[in-house]
Amino acid sequence: MQAVIQATLDFLKAYWAPLLCGLVIVAVLPLIAGYIVLVERKLMADMQARLGPMRVGPHGLLQPIADAVKLLIKEDIIPEDADKLVFWLAPVLSVGAALLSLAGLAIGPAFQVAKGINIGILFVVGVSAMGIYGIVLGGWASNSHYSLMGALRSSAQLVSYETAAGMALVSGLLFAGTLNVTSIVEAQRDQGIWFGLLAPVAFFTYLVASIAETNRAPFDLPEAESELVAGYMTEYSGFRWALYFLGEYTNMIVVASVATTLFLGGWLRPFPNTHWLNFLDFFPALMMFLIGVYCVMRAPKQPAKVQTLFMLAVAGLCFVLAFILVAPLLIPIAKPSLAAAVKPFADGILGSFWFLLKVSVYLYFFMWLRFTIPRYRFDQLMRLGWHFLIPLSIINVLVMGIAMIVGSYLHLAGGWLLLVTIPASVLALIVALYILSLEQKSAATEQARAASDSYAG
Amino acid sequence: MADEPKEQQTPPKPAGEKPAASPSPQVTLPAKTEGATPPAPKPPAPAKAPVSMQTPLNNELVTRLRAKFGAGILEAIEDRKQAIVLVESGRLAEIALYLRDEEKFDLLSDLTAVDWPKREKRFDIVLNLYSFPKNERLRIKTHAAEGEQVPSSFGVWPTANWLEREVFDMFGIVFSGHPDLKRILLPDGWQGYPLRKDYDIIQQDTAWVRENLGIESGQ
Amino acid sequence: MAKSTIAETGEKPHTLLGADELILNMGPQHPSTHGVLRVKLKLDGERVIGSECMIGYLHRGVEKIAENRSYQQFAPYVDRMDYVAAVSNGLGYCEAVEKLLVVEAPPRAKVIRTILTELQRIASHLLWLGTHALDIGALTPVFYCFREREEILKIFEKYCGARLTTHAFRIGGLQYEAYDTLEKDVERFCKAFESRITQYEDLLTQNRIWLGRTKGVGILKPAEAIALGATGPVLRGSGVKWDIRKAMPYAAYDQYKFEIPTGTTGDTYDRYLVRMEEMRQSRLICLQAIENIPAGPIMAKVGKVLKPPPGEVYHSIEAPKGELGYYVVSDGTVQPYRVRIRPPSFVNLESFDSMVRGHLVADVVAIIGTLDIVLGEVDR
Repeated sequence: MQAVIQATLDFLKAYWAPLLCGLVIVAVLPLIAGYIVLVERKLMADMQARLGPMRVGPHGLLQPIADAVKLLIKEDIIPEDADKLVFWLAPVLSVGAALLSLAGLAIGPAFQVAKGINIGILFVVGVSAMGIYGIVLGGWASNSHYSLMGALRSSAQLVSYETAAGMALVSGLLFAGTLNVTSIVEAQRDQGIWFGLLAPVAFFTYLVASIAETNRAPFDLPEAESELVAGYMTEYSGFRWALYFLGEYTNMIVVASVATTLFLGGWLRPFPNTHWLNFLDFFPALMMFLIGVYCVMRAPKQPAKVQTLFMLAVAGLCFVLAFILVAPLLIPIAKPSLAAAVKPFADGILGSFWFLLKVSVYLYFFMWLRFTIPRYRFDQLMRLGWHFLIPLSIINVLVMGIAMIVGSYLHLAGGWLLLVTIPASVLALIVALYILSLEQKSAATEQARAASDSYAG
Repeated sequence: MADEPKEQQTPPKPAGEKPAASPSPQVTLPAKTEGATPPAPKPPAPAKAPVSMQTPLNNELVTRLRAKFGAGILEAIEDRKQAIVLVESGRLAEIALYLRDEEKFDLLSDLTAVDWPKREKRFDIVLNLYSFPKNERLRIKTHAAEGEQVPSSFGVWPTANWLEREVFDMFGIVFSGHPDLKRILLPDGWQGYPLRKDYDIIQQDTAWVRENLGIESGQ
Repeated sequence: MAKSTIAETGEKPHTLLGADELILNMGPQHPSTHGVLRVKLKLDGERVIGSECMIGYLHRGVEKIAENRSYQQFAPYVDRMDYVAAVSNGLGYCEAVEKLLVVEAPPRAKVIRTILTELQRIASHLLWLGTHALDIGALTPVFYCFREREEILKIFEKYCGARLTTHAFRIGGLQYEAYDTLEKDVERFCKAFESRITQYEDLLTQNRIWLGRTKGVGILKPAEAIALGATGPVLRGSGVKWDIRKAMPYAAYDQYKFEIPTGTTGDTYDRYLVRMEEMRQSRLICLQAIENIPAGPIMAKVGKVLKPPPGEVYHSIEAPKGELGYYVVSDGTVQPYRVRIRPPSFVNLESFDSMVRGHLVADVVAIIGTLDIVLGEVDR
């Protein structure tokens, strides 16, 4: 007994920091996901000439909390013919995998649960792909046709697009030479350029594939509400449904974080090595400050007093954040002796800001696409994946490898690498488009034949 | 509320229009012996002097039809400038095929029925046809008694599939040669045919309602 | 509806790996069956190899009700059939009974009827566009469409107090005189609508995904369309240039210039283009009509009690969905002896099976959308 307690204590002693981080993530993430949903709804409303949620809290700001409460107190329905155990397990699996994969990500130089994990990206990609089991099992266990079809679509989609995404990641990793997420970001700092610029085709491929992987429009076929009602989630309700939802949004955060880490320079500010751009370090604080000012200006115009107060509170929060963001920058100027002590803190907090900003932009792009374009059909989705994205990403890996060799032969580094990688990317794109055109031609003849057959019959 | 099905008593004289000179009580004309044909080479302008609203029709189409089918064409009348041809029910499919192929009535706009319970053959089957080349409508009617089978028009106009199913559903008229004659709007197990005149407006298949909906009444 | 017979395809079911077919019940509760349509799909994987529509969930016995109401009493009921195009339904019924009575609405009434009916056509097509796009996964157009539809409904509201089931017309003409700013409202709407419809087209017409989802989907060839009795935009999308407004003009349509758009291949994309163009043409008709609304009475001389002379009449109009026909039989009493309504949605839905064969599940919703059915009218 004593030994067990001792072992536990040792364990806690050694791992208290990651455990705490993990707990924070698990506790805070549902809230973040809820607010991402709110932002999504607000954006959607803005693009669709309407207001979006307005009832709960000022401008619907408390809507996520109301939604969460509603979901938690809803009746929990399990279909009679469902496989109860699997039905219960599936959403847990889905959300568990998504949350676990967050552990490998570094949000800022200081904030990483699995600190220094050397297979970083591989771990994140591998574990997040496990979430598909939750979807497939949930779809199967529901014992409903719609769920089953959603699950099948989902797994087919994941298999097809995970390949393209993986290949795209390989192209990016060629430049980093490591799987460790911290090292990847540092490599970008050393090179002085984001890998997304060096390997634009890989970034594009990953962008498309990540949308498909997270089942977002226009690739949201597994849950296409106009076809499959809600796909694999059709039979789920209440808390279980919320878990799936949480898993989906966590997955979005994960893919956005991976893309940010590998292609968008992680927690680095834009052009981290250009010293005359150092004023950009003040941008986060300035942005928070301006948002605060805006809230103060809007506050008197609110219809109800409570809303005015709320706006002022938000403004106050923004000012506090602005102060926190600007303090580490001002302290070294005021007291140079403290510079060394403050530096990690400054890097951490500013890094987190930039990281989250990039993730948000990536997610915004996801949402923007969703409101703008219709949904692919399943065969078209597969064709896009297998006939275009996979060839493109494989060719891209090849030409990028060659470009790297040529670049090292010519002693190119940093931005000068663009001289070889841009032509290589164009070449990859041209070859992939050529392959696509060949495929389309054969598909067209096939279709014409099938059509004439069906008319004959 | 007039819930009881209306019987076709001799109607009062038409109100707004010129009174009918002869008491022509029935809307659908009794099957007069056909052949009283000669005059009116052109379709007359009936709005001018309608004795009743219905006048005999004798245009080229009718002449052709009579020449082709003889006694199959029971009567041809015009009602408010709309041509109506009454045909023998047994030869409906044959006449329909001729109308589609030779006379180019290629669209079956509508197929329905009317119930005249006092009449010996109580049902009218009414087909509203349209011809794209001629831009002309034609109404084909036939009489059917209770239980009598009417040849299906499905082979001529595939539209008739659902339209005949609806007539079967609402009137209980059986179309022979229909590929899949079953109820379409009402549930399969429903008893009774609602659009018959002897089916009261608040009537329902109480047994079905009780069994399938678990309530005493759908009212 | 216990039995489930699905008409055989004629060809051998080509199942992969010797697997069985999957029977999928789509509806009556499903997000994109536009009401309570239930479709039984026989699937091989995701490919449809047979289908059967099961309708009747919204059957209210409108035709039976007609036999127990007076002619005027029945008029509001027809609004409840195609409830997104109530004005058109009313026009058809009123004109049919007018024909039966051998009266004609005065010119002023006819023109106002035409304006409102064309506005209703735009509103109905807007609803179709929004929901059709939503079915195919474009989330945004539906809200733009509702924004414009709202303007039309406001005009209806100003005219007769109701927005949806308007009962705007009466047998013999109109109940209400046009309100003062009707012309101005219609004109303002039409002027604004021009750019709005371009906005929808910007979102969809050249969009590659939209093209991929609609081109070659649900092809209905002209001969097939006629044989299956399809009318309206479904028929015109197949390339048959037939519009009752031109072929057998009613109301005041003979006074206005407009084009009948037609498609070429008869696929979903063509029907989309046809309906988009029809909205433009309706807009032109409205603009022409408000130029010159004749003065005069709005009601013909019909008595308080309508007793049409015995006889029967079939009258059809070009409703937004297709040929809407009324076959009214009078026995000389105050109540119609029989009113048969020829519903365009019902007959157009018959084409569904032949259109959907061989397509994927995702296309099923596209085809339901392109048929533009309203279940209130299918089931009556």
